Amino acid sequence: MICVRNLAKSFGSFTAVNDVSFEVAEGEIFAFLGPNGAGKTTTIKMLTTLLHPTSGSIQLDGLDPSTHQNEARKRFGIVFQDPSLDGDLTAWENMEVHGVLYHVPRKVGRARSEELLKLFELWDRRNEQVKKFSGGMKRRLEIARGFLHTPKILFLDEPTLGLDPQSRNQLWSHVKRVNESERVTVFLTTHYMDEADRVAHRIGVIDHGKLIAQGTPQAIKEQTGTASLEDAFLALTGSTIRDESASPTDQIRQFAKMWSGGRR
Amino acid sequence: MSAIYILWLRELKRYVRSHAQIVASLGQPMLYLLVLGFGLSPVFKRAGYGDYLQFVAPGVIGMSVLFSSIFSGLGLLWDRQFGFLKETLVAPVSRLQIMIGRTLGGATVAVIQGLLVTVISMIAGFRPAHLINVPLALGFMVAIAIVFSALGVAIGSSLQDMQGFQLIMNFLVMPIYFLSGAMFPLVGLGPVLTFVTHLDPLAYGIDGMRAMLLGQSAFNPLVDLAVLAAVGAVLLAVGAYRFSKIEI
Repeated sequence: MICVRNLAKSFGSFTAVNDVSFEVAEGEIFAFLGPNGAGKTTTIKMLTTLLHPTSGSIQLDGLDPSTHQNEARKRFGIVFQDPSLDGDLTAWENMEVHGVLYHVPRKVGRARSEELLKLFELWDRRNEQVKKFSGGMKRRLEIARGFLHTPKILFLDEPTLGLDPQSRNQLWSHVKRVNESERVTVFLTTHYMDEADRVAHRIGVIDHGKLIAQGTPQAIKEQTGTASLEDAFLALTGSTIRDESASPTDQIRQFAKMWSGGRR
Repeated sequence: MSAIYILWLRELKRYVRSHAQIVASLGQPMLYLLVLGFGLSPVFKRAGYGDYLQFVAPGVIGMSVLFSSIFSGLGLLWDRQFGFLKETLVAPVSRLQIMIGRTLGGATVAVIQGLLVTVISMIAGFRPAHLINVPLALGFMVAIAIVFSALGVAIGSSLQDMQGFQLIMNFLVMPIYFLSGAMFPLVGLGPVLTFVTHLDPLAYGIDGMRAMLLGQSAFNPLVDLAVLAAVGAVLLAVGAYRFSKIEI
């Protein structure tokens, strides 16, 4: 379903993703793991048409996302790592906009929105502006929105960041449900190794832009001779802490916070 | 089509919900209108040009449409920083549709803003000479709004963060306003100023509005319309192109 060959992306002299190749079969749950700044999000951006690869090829359901953008976009849904909601709109309106953009028929969209908002316990607050939501609620809304249309491939970029255990559970059981009942292929990243171990059929570990291991959780543990995936991860990527410098986006968010007192 | 509609509707909802912003954005036009309008009135009259408030009102209306539409285009920067832009860019909708939805939304908001200023200036004492022509003046308002919303989107697509914002304000938006003849008649100027004012698309928009509302103009209203249409088409194309090249 996803086929990546020798994928690379450089920003100036910095190589974010370096010669990465992997495949994800239809109906598979694939966890893409790596420390901060390893190249996970850059890879997802290339897979989802937001960035053009410097070299290498990608196929989503047989389509190249850089040449058949719209066709490729029809096939996937994505939950971003950082916020992508419109704070001035209500929760319901955010779902509505998403439904229209993804060509979900109106009736189906309404029914599914209701179901999802109830599932993620946002139904009572559906007519409130999103900017008034807490971090966890915004996160839940993003996730609910990601499930609104039924994509063939679902990208989840650190979906559980900032979620309480209840919502995490809810999320993963829903992911498993759509994976089993609708054969949705799932491509996820997370920093919680226990989640990856529990949910994923296969795992790829990326560090410094290179894919350094891939296989079933069991195989990766055996390969490194460790008992848990967390230990295997540390054995593969070392224990030094990575720092990412603040991007212009982070800087401007701070600037905005300073000036607008949380206008959005 | 429905994507264009929903993005247009979004811009409108955001506008209607930002009460503080609506009030704030009326402050500047009111200053120009009331302080300059009444302050320069005696001098203007003595120079033999008539009532300054009547003269400046179309200019101030044009200014509020200009600011409002450029800002809505630059709203792209906010959407980029706060993430909503990504949500629209990964959707299976062509970027052209997204750009058109945004531009039309921004233009509609700008026209509403222009109408609000029109009402305020009428309360202050502005009287259109030809009421029949008011819908035509509205047409010019729409043209100004579309031209500068497209320009805003083109700029907003090209900037990565807000650092360029002051630059754009001081070296593009303010000159467009000051050189448009919004505040002074475009007749009897020196050759340099005449040349530069003729390059300013807003000059044709405000001239057109003045022609409709007051019956006085520096250019032929048909020329005004033709220039606005041509510049609008070019800026829409540039905006659409720049927007299609956005990478996040």
